[in-house]
Parts: sequence; C-alpha cells; structure tokens
Amino acid sequence: MNTKEALYNFCLRLADNNIVLGQRLAEWCSRGPILEEDLAMTNISLDLFGEAESMYEYATTLVNNNSTADHLAFLRSEREYFNNLLVEQPNGDFAQTMMKQVLFSAFAKHLYEALCNSNDETLKGLAAKALKETKYHLRHSSEWIIRFGNGTEESMRRTQFALNELWRFTDDMFVMNEVDEELISMGISFNLNDIQAKWKFTISEIFAEANLQMPEATNIIKGGSKGIHTEHLGHLLCEMQYLQRAHPGATW
Amino acid sequence: MSNNNSQFPQWEVFIQEKSGSAFEHAGSVHATDKKMALQNARDIYTRRNEGRALWVVMTDNIASTTRDDEEEFFDPSEDKIYRTPNFYKMPAGTTNL
Amino acid sequence: MTDEQKLAKFEARILAGEKIEPKDWMPEAYSKTLLRQMSQHAHSEVIGMQPESNWVLRAPSLRAKKILLAKIQDEGGHGLYLYSAAETFGIDRAEMIEQLQTGKAKYSSVFNYPTLNWADIGAIGWLVDGAAIVNQTMLAKCSYGPYSRAMIRICKEEGFHQRQGYEIMAKMMTGTAAQKEMAQDAMNRWWWPALMMFGPHDAESVHTSESMRWKIKVESNDKLRQRFVNRTVEQAHHIGLTVPDANLKYNKETMNWEFSEINWDEFWAVVKGNGPCNHQRMAHHIKYHNEGAWVREAAIAYENKLQQKQKTTV
Repeated sequence: MNTKEALYNFCLRLADNNIVLGQRLAEWCSRGPILEEDLAMTNISLDLFGEAESMYEYATTLVNNNSTADHLAFLRSEREYFNNLLVEQPNGDFAQTMMKQVLFSAFAKHLYEALCNSNDETLKGLAAKALKETKYHLRHSSEWIIRFGNGTEESMRRTQFALNELWRFTDDMFVMNEVDEELISMGISFNLNDIQAKWKFTISEIFAEANLQMPEATNIIKGGSKGIHTEHLGHLLCEMQYLQRAHPGATW
Repeated sequence: MSNNNSQFPQWEVFIQEKSGSAFEHAGSVHATDKKMALQNARDIYTRRNEGRALWVVMTDNIASTTRDDEEEFFDPSEDKIYRTPNFYKMPAGTTNL
Repeated sequence: MTDEQKLAKFEARILAGEKIEPKDWMPEAYSKTLLRQMSQHAHSEVIGMQPESNWVLRAPSLRAKKILLAKIQDEGGHGLYLYSAAETFGIDRAEMIEQLQTGKAKYSSVFNYPTLNWADIGAIGWLVDGAAIVNQTMLAKCSYGPYSRAMIRICKEEGFHQRQGYEIMAKMMTGTAAQKEMAQDAMNRWWWPALMMFGPHDAESVHTSESMRWKIKVESNDKLRQRFVNRTVEQAHHIGLTVPDANLKYNKETMNWEFSEINWDEFWAVVKGNGPCNHQRMAHHIKYHNEGAWVREAAIAYENKLQQKQKTTV
C-alpha cells in the first residue's frame, strides 16, 4: 500500500465515523428530552456532517476517478465503510447516546490533537478545525454523563448500563492495520496505542466524577477498519442512501 | 408517579457580538445549571455566528421597572440638556474642544 | 385610574404605534388572545419539525442533509423564542405543553399532512414557509413587544427556508421524469393546505376585528392569502409546475390571481382532529416527551444536590 492509498483509506475512516455518528444523532431530531437539547444534538450532528464532507472531499483529491463527496457517502456499501463499530450502534436511550458521544468524542479529540502535528498539511488543517468542534462535543456529553451519574437512581442505573453496553466496541477505535503503519512511517498519522492511553485517562476522569464503574472487558468486538461491521450499519446506510440508489444519476 | 412536567428554571441570555462591544439581550432559555444555560444559549442564539461571548442570568434575579414607574423614573431627565456637549456655546475659532 | 381610563390609555398607545410590554396594563382579552395565538404559534414550530424530520435521514446529498437539518433546527429555535415570548404572560412552558397534549391548545393544521416524497421537503419550504413568512412579516408589526421582537428575529432567520424549498423544487423540475413527477405530486398535495394556513374568510373569523384594533393582527386573512397566491403562482409557472386549480386565472384589473373556493369542510375536519396525521403528530410528541422525563428529573436532582452541597459548605 502506498502513502496515497493509505491516506485515502484513512480519510474515509475519519469521514465515515463522522457521517455515521451524525446520522445517528440526526435520528433524535424532534425526539429530544427537552427542546433545547434537540437543538444541541442537531448542532453536533451538523458539525459531524460538515467534517465528513470536507474529509470526503479531500479523499476525492487523492484518487483519479471523478468521484465526489456524495459518491463516497451515498454509493459505498457496508463492506466499503471503515467507521468504528461504536458510532454505528443504535441510539438507545438518551444516556446511551450521550455515553457514545463521550467515548467517541474523547477518542476523536486526542486523535485530532495528534493530527494537528501531521506532515500532511491538508489533514492537519482538517484536524485543527474538527478539534474545536470535538472539544465542545466532549464538553456537552460529559456534562450530561456527570449529571446523570449524580442525578436520580434511574439516571445512574441507565448510565452505568450504557457504559456496560458500549464498552465492548471501544477497543475497535484503536485497531491499527497497514494503513496506519504506512501513515505512521511518513509522519502523517500516529500510533493509536498512544491515543488510547490518553483516551483512557480522559474518560476515567469523567467516569470518576460520574461515579461510574469501569466495565469488565468481555465480548470485545473489532472490525470497523476492515469493513467488518455489526448488523446495524447496513440498515443505517440503506435509509441514508435510498434516494441516490433508487434514482441513479439524478441530481438533487 | 414522577412529575412529567417538571420545568427547568428560566435564564436570560446576553450576547456580545464582538470583543469590546456591549452585551445585548437576545432572549431566554431553560436550564437547570449554569453550564447547561450557557450551552443552551450558545446552541439557540449563536447558530449564525452572532456572538463571541455570552452571559446568562436567572430570570428571577432580574429586577425591572414597570410602565407605572416610567414617568417618575425617566421624565426628570428630559430637561437636563446641560448634560450634553451641544448645550455649550464655544467662542468662534475654538478648536480641539 | 379606572379600567375605562386604562383602556383608553392602552388603545391610545397602540394607535400611536407604541409597543405593549409584559408589565404594562392590558385588557384581559388582549393577553388572552395573544397567549392563545403565541402558544399556538410555538407549538406549530415544534410540531412542524416532525414532517420534515421524516426525511432528514433520507436526504439525498450531504448538502441537502445539512440544509434540512439546519432548517428543522431553526424551527425548534423559533418554537423556543415563541415559548419565551409567551412566558412573559406568566405561564410556563410545561403548562403550554400540557395544553398542547390535552388538546386545549392547537397548532397549525398544515402539519397534519404527511411528507411522502423528497419533493415534499421542497414544497414545505417553498409553500408552507412561504405562507408562514407572509403571516409572520405582518406579525412582526404586532403591538405586543415580545411577540413582535421574536417575529423580527424569526423572519430574519427564515429568509433561507423558502429559498431552499424552491431550490429543491426547481432542481427536481429540471431532473428526471421521476423527479418531475414527485415535484408535481408534492405541489398537488401541499397547495391547498398552504392556502388554508391563512385561516377562514374574514367574515367568518371570530377574532379578527378586535385583533385588528389592538394590532395583534394588522392585515386580514383574505388579504394575506391573496398576497401569497399572487407571489407563488408565478414562481410555480417559472419552473414548470402546474397549480392544481382549474379556475386559476389572472385578473388584469385587480392584478390578482383568482382562485377556487377552498374546501372548508376539509379545513374544519383537520382543525377538529381528523387530518391524516393529527393522531400521529400528537402521539409522537407525547411519546418523546414522556421518554425524556427521566432526563429532566435527573438534571433537576443534580442541581438540587449541588445547591445542598453549597449550603452545607458555606
């Protein structure tokens, strides 16, 4: 795998994470626990779609096939998506949604922070912009988790359950393959083990404040970066890609 | 049964459009704590890049005059034009004043 | 001051173009009418999020997805501005929501129609928001300060809503046969509900005359409706859409597009709860409001604990 191919694949991984999580958050539209929170989730979703779009656009410049960001988003199937398993998980209740946000945003924050030192200027710029947004996402979701962990018995129970349910998908975010090897060797991306250590520190602090127990590591599932997903992704794409697939070649 | 209609307290939102300018009232939000109030204010009132800084204050903590106070509060200042620079006549040819 | 004197002073101020503010004296009928209208308006924004969110996951491009999401978010924001404005009458939002869910408060009937294809998103932006803008531009001049200010802000933000809707329609009308068919289908289904948004004829509208005197409304239903028709018919023709009204014709003397009588039976049926989506919209609102109850309780419990802690440490 040459550097360009690796970078292309890496951009897809980043963009796919954002679009899939953005789509999940958009499912909350008109369903928030209070109207203010409906708007807050929409804002995060919009940030994620924006990040996905610019990362797809960068990916299209790395290959010579006249593809567009929309092609990449709407015409690849589940085996061609490289997002992490965590982001494709169904929303569950609001505690699970916020937990997923914390787990992912903490990862994204440390990854983007590292990528701000990338040798690839474009990736560096994209990471710097996404970092600002991600920090806010982490702040927003971690505050909810802390409220829940110190709220009512029900909110504590739901939040611990959310963590237990989602924990099995977190290792998947730090899996490295030949893409990472190539990019690390070129100083474009960084060792995800280092990111994992930082991630763990960040979430431990949040969970301590929220009185949450770190779950036992059981039934750990990985596969996102190889395009091996849980069953949920197919349905999400099916809905998202419906019009593009049903009307090939049409412009909207 | 739990109270399904519990209401979050109301906060008033003030936005500073750019560094150095005055904070102006934008509207209100509901929130249980300061952090939530600031974030809700951000998500609701600065979606179009309207501000660089925010204040939130609980609505209950604001005191205001009423229309009945209007005459005694504000009419007395109407005839005090000597508080404005144009009230004063300067000798012809004066500069920098 | 007697109530008559207060009323005379109140009406004189309105006549002079002044705004009425929350703590001012006002006749009960004035605050009652406004509260009813403003809460209805707020509920409409919030319920209006449903038919649009029905397509947010299926938006056909990244651009379309972002635009639609931002638009729905605006509707939610506008609901919030309006709830805040209504709260100046001393009612809280929880109470208004309860009135909505028990059927005591209404919302705009137009949202009781379903969104069945992507062009419906275009039609809602262009026709429904278009009709709303005509109405809201008038309401920005209303005599109640908080309502007028909320409307000014809303009108400013809605500038893009109608344009994005028309853009969707225009694009589809230059697209494939299937896209054109979808666009015309949406036009056929949304045209009449959009005209109904202006309400009954002036002669039959129970609230009109007093509302006009107190500048709660400054123009009549029929006049606003005609203004909307005049603007919209030409926009439809411009992109090749047919207005679903065989009697539509231009009157050169009045410079108005004349149109058929609205089906008022349908209008009243939907108002009374028998539209295609009345039940669905309310069931949705209640379901997610109830599902969010534990979140609201937790946030309140957390804040109470913090307050307690502060008290014990002071």
